[in-house]
Amino acid sequence: MSDPKIEGFELEKGFRGMAKDTGSDQTMFKGVHWGKAMMWIFLLSDTFVFSCFLIAYMKGRASTPVEWPNPSEVFALDAFGVPVPLLLIALMTFVLITSSGTMALAVKYGYERNRKMCGYLILATALGGLTFVGMQAYEWSKLIHEGVRPWENPFGAAQFGSFFFMITGFHGTHVSIGVIFLFIYCYKVFAGHYDEGKRGWFTKMRGDYVEVEILGLYWHFVDLVWVFIFAFFYLW
Amino acid sequence: MSDEYENKSSYQAQSSETISGTGSGVSPDMDYVRPAENPEQDLYHAHSFIEKWVFCQDAKVIGVQYFLTAVFTGVVGLILSWLMRLQLGFPGLAGFITAEHYYQFVTMHGMIMVVYFLTALFLGGFGNYLIPLMVGARDMVFPYVNMLSFWMFFVAVAVLMASFFVPGGPTGAGWTLYPPQTILEGTPGHGWGILLMLISLSLFVIGFTMGGLNYMITILQARTRGMTLMRMPLTVWGIFTATVLAMLAFPALLVSSIMMTLDKLLGTSFFMPTILKAGEVLEYGGGSPILFQHLFWFFGHPEVYIVALPAFGIVSDLISVHARKNIFGYRMMVWAIVGIGALSFFVWAHHMYVSGMNPWFGFFFASTTLIIAVPTAMKVYNWILTLWRGNIRINTVMLWCLGFIVTFVNGGITGIFLGNVSVDVPLSDTYFVVAHFHMVMGIAPLMVIMGAIYHWFPLVAGKMLDEKLGKWHFWTTFLGAYSIYFPMHYLGFIGVPRRYYEMYDSPYMTSGVGLNEFISTAAFIVGAAQLILVFNIVKTMKTGKKAEKNPWKANSLEWFTSTVPPEHGNFGERLPVVHRWPYDYNVPGAEEDYLPQTAAPSEVAHTEVEKT
Repeated sequence: MSDPKIEGFELEKGFRGMAKDTGSDQTMFKGVHWGKAMMWIFLLSDTFVFSCFLIAYMKGRASTPVEWPNPSEVFALDAFGVPVPLLLIALMTFVLITSSGTMALAVKYGYERNRKMCGYLILATALGGLTFVGMQAYEWSKLIHEGVRPWENPFGAAQFGSFFFMITGFHGTHVSIGVIFLFIYCYKVFAGHYDEGKRGWFTKMRGDYVEVEILGLYWHFVDLVWVFIFAFFYLW
Repeated sequence: MSDEYENKSSYQAQSSETISGTGSGVSPDMDYVRPAENPEQDLYHAHSFIEKWVFCQDAKVIGVQYFLTAVFTGVVGLILSWLMRLQLGFPGLAGFITAEHYYQFVTMHGMIMVVYFLTALFLGGFGNYLIPLMVGARDMVFPYVNMLSFWMFFVAVAVLMASFFVPGGPTGAGWTLYPPQTILEGTPGHGWGILLMLISLSLFVIGFTMGGLNYMITILQARTRGMTLMRMPLTVWGIFTATVLAMLAFPALLVSSIMMTLDKLLGTSFFMPTILKAGEVLEYGGGSPILFQHLFWFFGHPEVYIVALPAFGIVSDLISVHARKNIFGYRMMVWAIVGIGALSFFVWAHHMYVSGMNPWFGFFFASTTLIIAVPTAMKVYNWILTLWRGNIRINTVMLWCLGFIVTFVNGGITGIFLGNVSVDVPLSDTYFVVAHFHMVMGIAPLMVIMGAIYHWFPLVAGKMLDEKLGKWHFWTTFLGAYSIYFPMHYLGFIGVPRRYYEMYDSPYMTSGVGLNEFISTAAFIVGAAQLILVFNIVKTMKTGKKAEKNPWKANSLEWFTSTVPPEHGNFGERLPVVHRWPYDYNVPGAEEDYLPQTAAPSEVAHTEVEKT
């Protein structure tokens, strides 16, 4: 990216050149802010967390002796008296994916130093996330109302409720943490902390718009994970 | 190990890989190092006692905090092992050790030593102290989160220790915590004990993640000018790869902890099959206990290498410095570390040969397990070849290194026995296994830790530890450890099972009784011998000789700080610029027998130094 060029110096072509560039001094990812690299590594680790959850889910679902509940019936929502399968989930997914879009725009306006647009878009993202968490709370309460518990449910295998509440709960916690940070960043953007490089309350580090991008990485990841959870729980 | 960015024109003019001794290669251009890519780190200096020593953001202080906390838990683990040996060697002598207590000691000893002692000590302790110094950074990239990492670890330790004082005591399920028995009545500590254990493990993982991100990114993105990946000391490579393993393996531990907590608290049945208890069907049903074993060992096996790889790295550096020779096959060593790390994710089920999994699984995992012996053996050969015709100083540090090599080879060879399914089945759950893993991941890394303490104490404290006491410490520990674990192999062969509270009048024990008494006596002596180190440190701090700068005449950057011990910011006004790897010892033509990493090519143009 912003790799300092050296006069008359050419990297070797192909794998050798790549290896030499990767192993060269100071930084491995040239021109990448350390915070961004750190978030990527964290997301890699978090990917393993969610993978373990989902693999455990697959194994649990495969090995339970009792019939697994039919998702299109369990997750159906009555619209005008007609049960529509996956209606709520479709809405939730739409809202979450849209919030990813607003987040991406917020990053763009942040780098353009367009404080207002950046702030409003972060706010929109936060509200999208909040809507998602709200709809998830509604879904949970609906299922609990129908008698689904972590240890039992009227539709079939007890593990259905266990895995559902655990995994969507873990994902919902991720979204909620993201929403909290989005509101904090929204305040910081509007207050101009990133324009003047104001020091963080706790970290005492100078603020920069790159932080918006770092939070954006996290937000996109949470959305991506949702796509997998969606596929595994609602479509399988 | 060429680096095209540096010394470009002068090197290109030369056809050979070495700069000849004529001095004709000297030109001002040859010292060129790329300009700084990163801005100077914006350090937050402590303003108060609390900021300086308690909630400190300086990686060196955090490293010492990690070290001391880990050593505290290690002492607890040592005392537990004494109590176990007391029961095994002299059954019934200490009346207060009931069977329940014995299982609790086994469990807590295992978990403490593997996770809270060795992992925290190597990565939290040595990692924090050495990474920024060795790669030439002023601090970790995110010091605040690094500070949080230690305090999260501290809370995890506090929760773990609290489980000794809750009703029912700590969990006694064995360190592997296999369900379903872990959370069922009949297992000691099946109430509060296991709950606190699971919470503590989750906190540990969260805390470690915060630290691990710092170690990785500091190494990847914050090295000093000229510090290429292939010029990093092997210590850094070992800690780095171990951190990568931890970041990818701990998720499995976190997930299995969460799931078991839910099984315990909410009555879910992730790991719980249908269970009959005294003729009554429990509420659990439909879960898979094997799933836990897979998750646990997906964490558990890389965990072995999380402990071993930093030890490999550190011992390589210690051997090179004290044999005054470059490490043999540096690149091979790096790739062996990386290769072992990668392979360690594909061997986990060799812990599960007797779990009833598909035999073809055993075939696959036996193969991968034996393949991992290849890079490991390469490392051992390279250590020996580094010593070969070296100018070896037989000081305390070197003794610990040699002790490590012997112990590690010993434990590694028994690992080849256990890696084969057909040999493992009869040996499984005997003292042979206990002897194997204590040799290979208990004693061997501990030897490295001891060597590292004697090596880096002058840097951390500014005083030289007493050599004579150090040698006493080494010989009692080394001979004592062998007295403990060597006979255990034999106990395993005659079929003595592990984790048994008492053997009663078992026919196995005719020849085992005396051995057990001998092992226990040795264990008491070895444990007590560690007081020699404590005494040595106290004595040194009071009356010890002040360490000169770089007392071992080493090359790596941690010895070239502006002050000894290094202050916050490590390197004073200017960061060091690196021109070579840290292993230029006894270079022909050089005045001294070492060339620091900071020595510029023009200063050493008359020597036959290799281009690194």
